[in-house]
Amino acid sequence: MTGRIHSFESFGTVDGPGIRFVTFMQGCPLRCQYCHNPDTWLSGGQEYTAEEVASRILRYRNYFGETGGATVSGGEPLLQIEFVTELFRLLKAQGVHTCVDTSGITFRANDPECVKKHETLLEYADLFLLDIKHIDEAAHKTLTKQSNANTLAFAKFLSDHGKKIWIRHVLVPTLTDDDEALKRLKAFIDTLKTVEKVEVLPYHTMGEVKYEKLGYDYPLKGVAPPTKERVENAKKILTGK
Amino acid sequence: MMQYKGWEGFVPGKWCADEIDVRDFIQHNYTPYEGDASFLAPATDATKKLWEIVCDLSKKEREAGGVLDADTKIVSTLTSHGAGYLDKNLEKIVGVQTDEPFKRSLQPFGGIRMSEGALEMYGYQIDPQVKEIFTKYRKTHNEGVFDAYTPEMRAARSAHILTGLPDAYGRGRIIGDYRRVALYGVDYLIQKKEEDKLAINGDMTPEKVRNREELADQIKALKALKEMAAIYGCDISKPAETAQQAIQALYFGYLAAVKDQNGAAMSIGRNTTFLDIYIERDLKKGLITEEEAQEFIDHFVMKLRIVKFMRTKEYNELFSGDPTWVTEAIGGMGVDGRTLVTKTAFRILHTLDNLGPAPEPNLTVLWSKRLPKEFKRFCADISIRTSSIQYESDDLMRPEMGDDYAIACCVSCMRVGKDMQFFGARANLAKCLLYAINGGKDELMKDKKTGKPMQVSPEFAAITSDDALDFNEVVAKFDNMMTWLADLYVNTLNLIHYMHDKYSYEALEMSLHDTNVRRFFATGIAGLSCAADSLSAIKYAKVYPVRNEDGIVVDFRIEGDFPKYGNNDDRADELAVWLLKTFMKKVKSHYTYRESVPTTSILTITSNVVYGKKTGNTPDGRRGGTPLAPGANPMHGRDANGALASLESVAKLPYEYSRDGISNTFSITPGSLGKED
Repeated sequence: MTGRIHSFESFGTVDGPGIRFVTFMQGCPLRCQYCHNPDTWLSGGQEYTAEEVASRILRYRNYFGETGGATVSGGEPLLQIEFVTELFRLLKAQGVHTCVDTSGITFRANDPECVKKHETLLEYADLFLLDIKHIDEAAHKTLTKQSNANTLAFAKFLSDHGKKIWIRHVLVPTLTDDDEALKRLKAFIDTLKTVEKVEVLPYHTMGEVKYEKLGYDYPLKGVAPPTKERVENAKKILTGK
Repeated sequence: MMQYKGWEGFVPGKWCADEIDVRDFIQHNYTPYEGDASFLAPATDATKKLWEIVCDLSKKEREAGGVLDADTKIVSTLTSHGAGYLDKNLEKIVGVQTDEPFKRSLQPFGGIRMSEGALEMYGYQIDPQVKEIFTKYRKTHNEGVFDAYTPEMRAARSAHILTGLPDAYGRGRIIGDYRRVALYGVDYLIQKKEEDKLAINGDMTPEKVRNREELADQIKALKALKEMAAIYGCDISKPAETAQQAIQALYFGYLAAVKDQNGAAMSIGRNTTFLDIYIERDLKKGLITEEEAQEFIDHFVMKLRIVKFMRTKEYNELFSGDPTWVTEAIGGMGVDGRTLVTKTAFRILHTLDNLGPAPEPNLTVLWSKRLPKEFKRFCADISIRTSSIQYESDDLMRPEMGDDYAIACCVSCMRVGKDMQFFGARANLAKCLLYAINGGKDELMKDKKTGKPMQVSPEFAAITSDDALDFNEVVAKFDNMMTWLADLYVNTLNLIHYMHDKYSYEALEMSLHDTNVRRFFATGIAGLSCAADSLSAIKYAKVYPVRNEDGIVVDFRIEGDFPKYGNNDDRADELAVWLLKTFMKKVKSHYTYRESVPTTSILTITSNVVYGKKTGNTPDGRRGGTPLAPGANPMHGRDANGALASLESVAKLPYEYSRDGISNTFSITPGSLGKED
């Protein structure tokens, strides 16, 4: 079983709990305007077997402590769900905490085979970082070129299966920081039973140079990161605290 | 057993049974502290006022171009100057290097040319009589070294394959056990040294004569130390009776050292657990309050912050600033499992709040997994706010060094009062590899007479083919060249340290060591990662030599990619390990001065920039003149798998081959460590 991988980060501290080894998978169906990893969109990357990646990760287990572990991110890691499942199976056999950073976009609730694959993954995945880009279908399409139906269905699926979720929401001024939408997102989150944490990720402009390198237009040219107040406001709405 | 007023209330032990044993005193008397930082007191008004004076003087010093005032006439000795103060009425801990703060002293014993040159750079003229004395009548360390240098040593030095050698300035790195001054009083220390001197008898071999002479010098230095304290109205002949006296006596010991030596690194040792015993005793007796305890420490640290030496601009360029390396080692764990963290560990770190952040003294926390949680938290908190704490692994050093070692400069550990070291700068292995390729001709320097490339080593067979470099051939030649380099390096240092002992002996610092001291022979490596990547390029890619008109390989054409040190990739990392082991084994095969124990370090923290300037294009693609990586760091930008992969590569370097320390410079922004505090 091989997977296409964009890159590794041995000292990940922002994608899940503790110190984490993050594997960035290649390829993504979304085209989020604010994406800071546009270099993971297309296919390509370098091929590795699940065993190779697992043994690479296990070299860092001393750093994981009680809370850390391995995260797969991307790109959209669940485009290669079989690979992720196999990797996690190997890691769980060694007692490593596993986490997926996903948009849930690959989940099709009415496709039994697809559901089955996700159910198998659940056996080996401890935590899901689920990015909900926008609660509004239309706004989601504008933002990512895709519907949010799969994402929301996947959230429900995780909740129904009792799987821990951290909801993540990237806050972009004018695009995703509307109070009304945030409140509706909060209402949706409240329907889920297994949400441990809600993270507001302030949009940043560090991805912009990558667009230039790739020869893409940067859709958010001139959009500044949100102010502290807006971030606090969003946190307040989404966490209710 | 002796009795002193200063020892009242202390638990007795070996330390007071006719033996000097500060560690034993600490172990019997200290109070580990596992609580939090809430007991700490803010700066007093006196502290604030004094610190304003220091800030004002610092500003004036900067405006004056880096030096505010410098002595041009009085040669610095322990008793050469009258008392100097910031504000006599406010200072709880007194003493500066000359008769005024910020006035740099004249210390020509290392080399008169360095003194003269440094003064001239800042617009001062050395007193002609001093110059005459130190050129006509009194030889300096520098003159001694250059009298004895071989032509080959000179060539290696000017080509910078050996670099930063302490041949024109004080070698430093020696840490006196300044605690002894406080605990025992100077009279007792003199008495013990006299006993040691008496015991050296029989056939007067040169070794014994030297030992007797050095002990005589140590005793004179201790007497001068008492006189120096008396200039400030203090009597340190007997053990300190209060915390203030203890800190003052300890500081006088250190002050005497910096009056005596302009060393490359003048570290102060490991003092907080020791001082805490005195502070606790006074607090219990109700003699002082926490505010006063903090004030003593603040004033003590303030003095350490204004230690200054007169140095040339090139020297400062080498070190990217004007560092004094007043390293103070803090915390750590005892071998009995108790933590050595005390409230005074908190107090000294708290100076970073009370006086603001500063690079000196170099506050170094000896880190252990088992340190008290609250102390860890406090360190993290201060680090986040001030970026002014250095951390080193106590768990790594303790097994070998015990629990009373300190750090000289940035990473060299030594047992306080029991070990000393001969500082030996470094050999540039990246350049050594170029020599292997070019048969010992320098890639940058020309022979002044012939105008041809300078032959630095004896003429080794160079690589003559223009094909891609053959790994085995390069390694064989490199191995030979390292054999030559290690030989030359060790013998250059043997010569340097002989002369330093002869003409600029650190009598005061050595008087605060056991007479039977263990000596380390410190060597160092620069350019490790550059050499490792270069070997990797030759092995895994195709590297074609590019020659100039003299046939010297001055550049390389690289085809293909290669594994790079810093990615936790054994293929490259093994090459770095091989380099270290191979070079160190060669160093160890030689005679080292005064039965010293050879060690090496990989820790060019700032000088990597200057060393890089003197190193041509390398086979890894690094351009000539650009910096080498600091210490054991991967080359800049070549670690592509995140911090842990990079650290894991560094961690493969075996510490037992690099006992004098391995450094890795690592910068990180708070945001990249997580989203919450």
